[in-house]
Amino acid sequence: MEDVLLIDAVERFVNGEMSAQEKIYFEDLRKNSPELDQAVVEQIFFLTELGNFGKTRSFKHAVHEVESGLVAEGFISKDPVRGRAKIVQLWKKYQRITAVAASIAGVVSIFIASVVSTVSNHGKDGNIKPLVEKINEQDNNINKIESKLDRLAATTAATANSGVLKEKILSKFRATGFLIDANNNYIVTNFHVVDEAKNKLIVENNKGEQFSAITVYFDKLSDIAILKVTDNDFKKLPTLPYPIRRRNPDLGEQVFMLGFPKQEIVYGEGYVSAKNGYQMDTIYCQLSTPANEGNSGSPVITKNGDLVGIITSTETNADGVVFAIKSSNIYRAVDEVKKMKDYGDIKISSNQGLRGLSREVQIKKLEDYVFMIKGN
Amino acid sequence: MNSLDQEKILLKGLADEDKTSIERIYRDHYNMIKSLVINNSGTADDAADIFQEAMIVLYEKAKMDGFALNCQLKTFIYSICKRLWLKKLQQYNRFTVQTDSIEETVPVEEEMENHLKKQNDFTLMEDAMSKIGEPCKSLLEAYYIQMKHMQEIATSFGYTNADNAKTQKYKCLVRLKKLFFAQYKNGD
Repeated sequence: MEDVLLIDAVERFVNGEMSAQEKIYFEDLRKNSPELDQAVVEQIFFLTELGNFGKTRSFKHAVHEVESGLVAEGFISKDPVRGRAKIVQLWKKYQRITAVAASIAGVVSIFIASVVSTVSNHGKDGNIKPLVEKINEQDNNINKIESKLDRLAATTAATANSGVLKEKILSKFRATGFLIDANNNYIVTNFHVVDEAKNKLIVENNKGEQFSAITVYFDKLSDIAILKVTDNDFKKLPTLPYPIRRRNPDLGEQVFMLGFPKQEIVYGEGYVSAKNGYQMDTIYCQLSTPANEGNSGSPVITKNGDLVGIITSTETNADGVVFAIKSSNIYRAVDEVKKMKDYGDIKISSNQGLRGLSREVQIKKLEDYVFMIKGN
Repeated sequence: MNSLDQEKILLKGLADEDKTSIERIYRDHYNMIKSLVINNSGTADDAADIFQEAMIVLYEKAKMDGFALNCQLKTFIYSICKRLWLKKLQQYNRFTVQTDSIEETVPVEEEMENHLKKQNDFTLMEDAMSKIGEPCKSLLEAYYIQMKHMQEIATSFGYTNADNAKTQKYKCLVRLKKLFFAQYKNGD
């Protein structure tokens, strides 16, 4: 309480709200008490800082607004396409030199690769475990009962309506995936996830609704697969609230993830613990976080809401060591899909809808974009 | 009016957060910075980020008492952006391509140092503000940043009278100060 009185006095003094008599008394007091003097100095300093904060913030706002206007007008391009044009020019210029260098590098790398593979290939897979959950008999029984119950409820309710009944499929595995194109319903997950689906592939949202999907692209090496939801019942979501980052995550960056290690969505936290993955694999980065079977394909998101990775696997002989595909690989996969005749419509567009929000709100906004991937 | 006077007016506008001035500076100088960044292993997005930060440096400078630009605005912006971008490149650990400056540059050490400190203070305050919670945050913003009258604040926040609101505001300020200085002193 004394603090409050002191601040009040100091504030009135600073603002010149004191009566002449009070002011003389206060200045006298200030001369004799170094603590009071210190408090005055501190208060003045703090109020200046607070004022600066407010002004800088509103200036930043103004700059943002002007910039958005100029982006909309086309004066500022945020699309890195122009950067690429430059690269093409350079490529033409240095084509020959590059070709020579590449062939030398090729020979060397083949040699090194053969040495490395003979030395280290054995046991590599043994130390890494993909995070797909194989669903056992018991779960399947639960599934069966669930679907029976659903059917029962549905037959009583829905037969009158449309008569169309969707039967839940019996899934042999469960993993995670997330939308990368909300407009055309493309979802990204791991290759090793869709590899489990021999017959049927479905995605299931947090409300338990299932939609059929097909794999349109996969790359075994970078362990990425892109699915398209083909179900007509699937409702389109608004634009992605998370930008997919092109550059690599920074060491020590705080991240969080949402995934389906069980039948409901689970939140996890961690940080980027190394820039590269298992045995210096540059496709991956290493995270320190808990992750379980079913987390494969989970989005890895920074506190500002940028998507930086896809959870893939864990090291079996170390606790909490998780590997995630760096998000830049998503762009590479999307570029491949764009070349396909039937799926050229794929386009990543997003806004920074998670920036500056509390974690709870971020998760609420995010969870609609994260799906269970199931199949049999 | 010569161009130096014009630039003076622009910077005055910047200090007053005038959007037309901000837009003018973007239109006059953005393309130069875009080619600087893109020609040095950056993207269009990087260029936009760098330019935004340079605008803040410029704003901080324009707000200083007795501020005078002793070179062309163009040269100043270029020098700042070059420094900012080289720093970013180092952070990204990309190749630091030495820019063959076509443009002349001026030393900007002082501005960069000042900017770093201001930026640090800004984050500390932002952090402290985000930690004190509501209604403290809105209360303090209304009084100290938006400079609203205590009576008006009392009514809009539902306090019975201005004195109640004032006591509450002081309590909030004490908390904010504690949070801010805890970090501020740590950082020094």
